[in-house]
Amino acid sequence: MKAKHQRLTLALLAVAAVIGAGLLALSALKDQAAFFYAPGDVAKAGPPVGRAVRLGGMVENGSIRRQPDGVSIAFVVTDGVATVPVRFRGVTPDLFREGSGVVAEGQFNADRSFIATNLLAKHDERYMPPQAAKTAQGDMHETKTLEP
Amino acid sequence: MAAVRPVAFVQGLLALLAMGLLIAVFMRSDMSVLLVAQNSHSDKPLLYKFAGAWGNHEGSMLLWVTILGLAGAAVAMLEHNLPKPTLIATLGAQAAIALGFYAFLLFSSNPFARLDPVPADGAGLNPLLQDPGLAFHPPTLYIGYVGISVAFSFAVGALVTRDVGPAFARAMRPWALGAWIFLTLGITAGSYWAYYELGWGGWWFWDPVENASLMPWLAATALLHSVSVLATRDGLRAWTVMLAVVAFSMSMVGTFLVRSGILTSVHAFAVDPKRGSFILALLAIYIGGALVLFALRIGTVRQGRTFDLVSREGALVANNLLLSVILGIVLIGTLYPIVAASFGVQLSVGPPFFNKAAGPVALALVAIMGAGPLLRWRRDDGNELVERMMLPIAAAALAGAGVFIATGGIAILPFLGIALAAGLAAASVAPLWKRNLRRTPLFTWGMVIAHLGIAVSLAGMASESAFTKETLVAARVGEPHRVGPYIVRLDGISPVIGANWSALQARLSVRRGEDGDWFVLRPQSRFFASPPTVTSESAIATVLDGQLYTVLGAPDEQGRWQLRLWWKPFVTFIWLGGALIALGGALSLIGRVRRERKASYREAYV
Repeated sequence: MKAKHQRLTLALLAVAAVIGAGLLALSALKDQAAFFYAPGDVAKAGPPVGRAVRLGGMVENGSIRRQPDGVSIAFVVTDGVATVPVRFRGVTPDLFREGSGVVAEGQFNADRSFIATNLLAKHDERYMPPQAAKTAQGDMHETKTLEP
Repeated sequence: MAAVRPVAFVQGLLALLAMGLLIAVFMRSDMSVLLVAQNSHSDKPLLYKFAGAWGNHEGSMLLWVTILGLAGAAVAMLEHNLPKPTLIATLGAQAAIALGFYAFLLFSSNPFARLDPVPADGAGLNPLLQDPGLAFHPPTLYIGYVGISVAFSFAVGALVTRDVGPAFARAMRPWALGAWIFLTLGITAGSYWAYYELGWGGWWFWDPVENASLMPWLAATALLHSVSVLATRDGLRAWTVMLAVVAFSMSMVGTFLVRSGILTSVHAFAVDPKRGSFILALLAIYIGGALVLFALRIGTVRQGRTFDLVSREGALVANNLLLSVILGIVLIGTLYPIVAASFGVQLSVGPPFFNKAAGPVALALVAIMGAGPLLRWRRDDGNELVERMMLPIAAAALAGAGVFIATGGIAILPFLGIALAAGLAAASVAPLWKRNLRRTPLFTWGMVIAHLGIAVSLAGMASESAFTKETLVAARVGEPHRVGPYIVRLDGISPVIGANWSALQARLSVRRGEDGDWFVLRPQSRFFASPPTVTSESAIATVLDGQLYTVLGAPDEQGRWQLRLWWKPFVTFIWLGGALIALGGALSLIGRVRRERKASYREAYV
């Protein structure tokens, strides 16, 4: 192969790879970009059933019910616009409490209830996505990660 | 121009002096310094007073420029093979980078600002950062970032003097390798830290801050492979220079993401838009400047030597393209929410996106990785390659069949991961086949071990995601619970007092199977007074074939305690692989530096 041709082939390959990456990323983004929901969004557009998403808002006062099995809880997440009932099985984050900001990761059921597999709480030294900080008013602290 | 070397050297020493002084005021708990009062407390353990010097925005930026200055000094002292004009241009580029960061420190992040009146005591350090891992993690990553900046400076130097060729590649290679080793160690250590300290049992979150260190690593990995082609085969000239620019851009983007306050995370100390715009301006000047220089000069870079597509070079080009694709995906996923936010759209991109988009590309990369070292330089025969690949392919098929028979089928990505890991492991050691091992060059060993490390890590990741067993219970004292092959019994809860915390500690008696020996694990729930925080301290038992991971949760009214137990088979392989990758890099580095030295002596005495 001549030098010029080789350069051209490599350049074409690189362009193809970049376009491929872009398409791959876009198609995945189309599915996943709307990853974060506030209860208001769910009320407006309906729940994205059966897909892994994050739900963010405040834990409604008086809504936490501990279940008899000792490891499950039910509570309600609100953003002042609408509410979503959430069920969660696991160790709650250290500063998960009523009136506090929370991000739940999990899936919506068809009946607009949410099954959380992970909880991220406010004032907890865990990661808090910025969206949650905006959704839940007040001084949301910087936090880190996913404790189920 | 004679003064260039000494000036670079003195600059490094002065930066080091400033960092030393900052550490000294932290060690002495001098609360008249604003930074100390905000981030330290007099009853903090000594190690964290020391490490607390960089556990905040200003201090970590000072550490950044200190390492940058020392790297410049090291280039000035050690680099004798480059032509003088290129060296001077390189040191000039390095100084220009440093200048921007000195300005950043002086005008918006002064670590030595004073406080009057002097408070009685400081606010304390975030308890999550009070961990030995965190004391050494930031310097490790910074050495990696800064090492890439040196590789970039070499590229700028070579462009300025129109001297892009094998000599420049050989000078740049040790710096790219060194930076890459430290980035590898930093990412591995960070992942393990998140895993044991955060108590959530995960080892990678696709957090933007993690991505900020992964992106330069991906670019540096590509650079490392293309610089090899340039140094030994005189190919990929323009591409290598471009990668050096990209790698440095990624380390600047990483600095911007972490330091600008645009992210909220334990890593993002600053929430000051002025700082964000300052770093963004630096980013634009350096990357923009480098791209303009690249555009102006790249036409004068002559074509290197050619090669067939089926060849070692061809595989390295494929490696570079796939790494660039992954880099592109991570970059898009990380920046997209930030760009969208500036248009008023709130959205978040999470693990499902990254796994879906980057996972398949990464597996393709692993397949190419297996073939690359089995290919000859310049040109090779496709049929012979297939023959050489028979053994690795057989290993992959065998592993896949074994997993299928033993488990009856698992998810597709972990399944492919395990099969490819077995194939890659076989392909990695294949270059040693029929070789005199004692005369095999050190850098060949380095490549073999680094590639083997990828196989080991991949096996760990696949095993962790496919075979993890989890038990969540409200445990009464004395009750046994099962997780995987283990039996765990809660013996009781007792209070414990530490240096600057108090805790509730569970005593768990654990044994493997009905007739294993009992041993004890003690997970804690820790309370820190300043600042008031609660953290979960997991307790982990490491055995040959995996880890038992335990977390203590909250009590309920009936006297039960929540316990979260994981059995994670071969999870340790993830970080063991990371350590092997870094070790492989270190062996390569030693081997290369030795050979270069010999070569330069030979030249000197002909």
